[in-house]
Amino acid sequence: MSHDTPAPVGGRIVSPFLSGLLGLMALAGLLLLWRFAAGLGAVTALNDGYPWGLWIAFDVVVGTALACGGYAVAILVYILNRGEYHPLVRPAVLTSALGYTLAGAAIVIDVGRYWNLFLIPVRPWTWNLHSPLLEVALCVMAYIVVLWIELSPALFEKWRASGDEARAQKGERWLGVWGKIAAFVIALGLLLPTMHQSSLGTVMMLAGHKLHPLWNTPMLPLLFLVSCIGMGYGVVIFESAVSGAVFGRPRHTAMLAKLSGAMVVVLGLYLVLRFADVVIRGKLGLLFRDGYSLLFWLEIALFAAPMVMLMDAGRRRNFPTLFRAATLMLLAGAVYRFDTYLVAFRPGAQWAYFPSLWEILITAGVVAVEIAAYIVIVKRFPVLAGGRSAESA
Amino acid sequence: MSVDRRTFLKGAAVAAAAGAAEVQAAHPAPEPPSDAVGMLYDATLCIGCKTCVVACREANGLKPVTPDWTDGLWDAPPGLDEHTKNVIELYREGDEQSYVKRQCMHCVDPGCVAACPVKALEKRKFGIVTWDGDRCIGCRYCQVACPYEVPKFEWESPVPKIVKCELCLHRIEEGGQPACCEVCPRGAIIYGTRKELLAEAKRRIAAKPDLYVQKVYGEHDGGGTQVLYVSHVPFEKLGLPVLGERGAAAATRSVQGTIYKGFVAPVALYAILAGVIIRNRRSGGGEA
Ligand code: SF4
Ligand code: SF4
Ligand code: SF4
Repeated sequence: MSHDTPAPVGGRIVSPFLSGLLGLMALAGLLLLWRFAAGLGAVTALNDGYPWGLWIAFDVVVGTALACGGYAVAILVYILNRGEYHPLVRPAVLTSALGYTLAGAAIVIDVGRYWNLFLIPVRPWTWNLHSPLLEVALCVMAYIVVLWIELSPALFEKWRASGDEARAQKGERWLGVWGKIAAFVIALGLLLPTMHQSSLGTVMMLAGHKLHPLWNTPMLPLLFLVSCIGMGYGVVIFESAVSGAVFGRPRHTAMLAKLSGAMVVVLGLYLVLRFADVVIRGKLGLLFRDGYSLLFWLEIALFAAPMVMLMDAGRRRNFPTLFRAATLMLLAGAVYRFDTYLVAFRPGAQWAYFPSLWEILITAGVVAVEIAAYIVIVKRFPVLAGGRSAESA
Repeated sequence: MSVDRRTFLKGAAVAAAAGAAEVQAAHPAPEPPSDAVGMLYDATLCIGCKTCVVACREANGLKPVTPDWTDGLWDAPPGLDEHTKNVIELYREGDEQSYVKRQCMHCVDPGCVAACPVKALEKRKFGIVTWDGDRCIGCRYCQVACPYEVPKFEWESPVPKIVKCELCLHRIEEGGQPACCEVCPRGAIIYGTRKELLAEAKRRIAAKPDLYVQKVYGEHDGGGTQVLYVSHVPFEKLGLPVLGERGAAAATRSVQGTIYKGFVAPVALYAILAGVIIRNRRSGGGEA
């Protein structure tokens, strides 16, 4: 088995850690029963001034950006033709598939009239093509399907390696099918995030004067797009570090060091765009005024720090530096999104919002499902590259 | 590699800048529909009797809101809420004082309609913005997008609705007028076509230039509204936000509309992506 071929990690599924995750899920499940029986007001701190809270800002807007690893790596591998990054593709697609699926679940939890949500794809005459949120909804639904199709070769390979004659043949056949359609599916997997990650930015343009002018700009779509690609690279490095430590897989430090070069470019582009935007719109005066100015500079510092840390090619090969920079990158993108959707959103002095304990616990439950599913899948399916094979574990 | 990447990024940045410039030019804001009706509220006439608040409840089957301090006796909603489509608020600062009526403004280019992904909120007959529960997914984007904080959500219900003034469309269709206009003892809120009301508003402020602020709120604000306001105190103080002549709806539409015009860009991008991937896979770079 080659060093770069994906193989199941193997080992026992049940662990104290997983049991803890299960406990969180159970608790969140109970709270969800309550939410669906008694309405959103019963479990959340949401109100008419702050109709969107933790679930939209974190689970959906930050969550899908953290799930952009598959997108960011695919740009490198398939568009810029950097085949050497190929071992990173499958684990990145897995985290993307899980991240997007759970973000989809969070949307179902958050919307009040979810029964109509499921009818969107079959009622095209109701589509408001000017609504950025419609674009997000349709693209996210489609992208979830695309991601699981992109991941399906892991299942077919498992069949092929199962030893059972009929199964192995079935696996072989489906892998053949995948080979034929792959390019078209992968292209969709690049188009859809380009569309909805930018639209997630456009969404907040409609908040108008309620969104602070340092955040509300026609550049929102571009800023969201660029920062999600940076977060995608960040998450790949982060995931390699964690799965390396937990499952004893090779960390591909040399490859990640190169990858982080791409991150520097993306971070630089983001910073240039952000400042150019403030200058062009003539909002420089807002940069030194109040709490919002500080918030702006905090974001800038969070974006600039990983860029500076990784500027020097030598330091990139130092794994701890790489890991710290990736973590900061993720934090930067997350804070930028959180600010745009919540902190810089000012519906009026009479309104206040801080997530309720129940909201936080439900979010924790969603994250727990994601982590648990990741553990189970990499232990049983060929996702992570190299290292021990299933047999020897 | 870095050369490739740099050209790619530079190209992307240039394209984006060009796109942004083009965006500003296109997409003019819409005009009020030809059959547009509306209301005119005159803050100088309103005495804060709240007869309109009661009439609105009766006409729309809404129950009174009786906060604890009223011992359950008085209908005293602190603002618009899921039981209240119409409210009278008081502004006071020193000697200056005014009431202000709040309800949906029936914007000419409404943020809520631009936002709603499923056309649950739309400008329908007479330009009135109404809500369709068979479509609404309860995403509350309309609340985020309304500059006047009008749409309200039934937070305590497992099958929540969006609640907002629909200009008593059911009464207008029967040849009547909005309940609030019908009952006002002072004529502080009147019903009519938007054209008539705008002319009347201008007539009033021209007749008493010392009394009125020389502006009809809603003529152009945020792209214009079908409910118009005249007042003796500055409109911001009444809680009517300062909006440009081009509302957020127009600004957003021009960005979204330019990117997705005719769906050409996404289709073209898809074709390019698929082409590049096929070429690269042949050359053996990104095998699946
Ligand atoms: S006031 Fe708000 S709810 Fe009414 S039409 Fe305008 S944007 Fe929509
Ligand atoms: S809550 Fe309903 S009416 Fe409001 S934007 Fe969402 S779907 Fe449209
Ligand atoms: S038009 Fe009808 S619904 Fe709107 S405020 Fe007046 S009475 Fe209430």
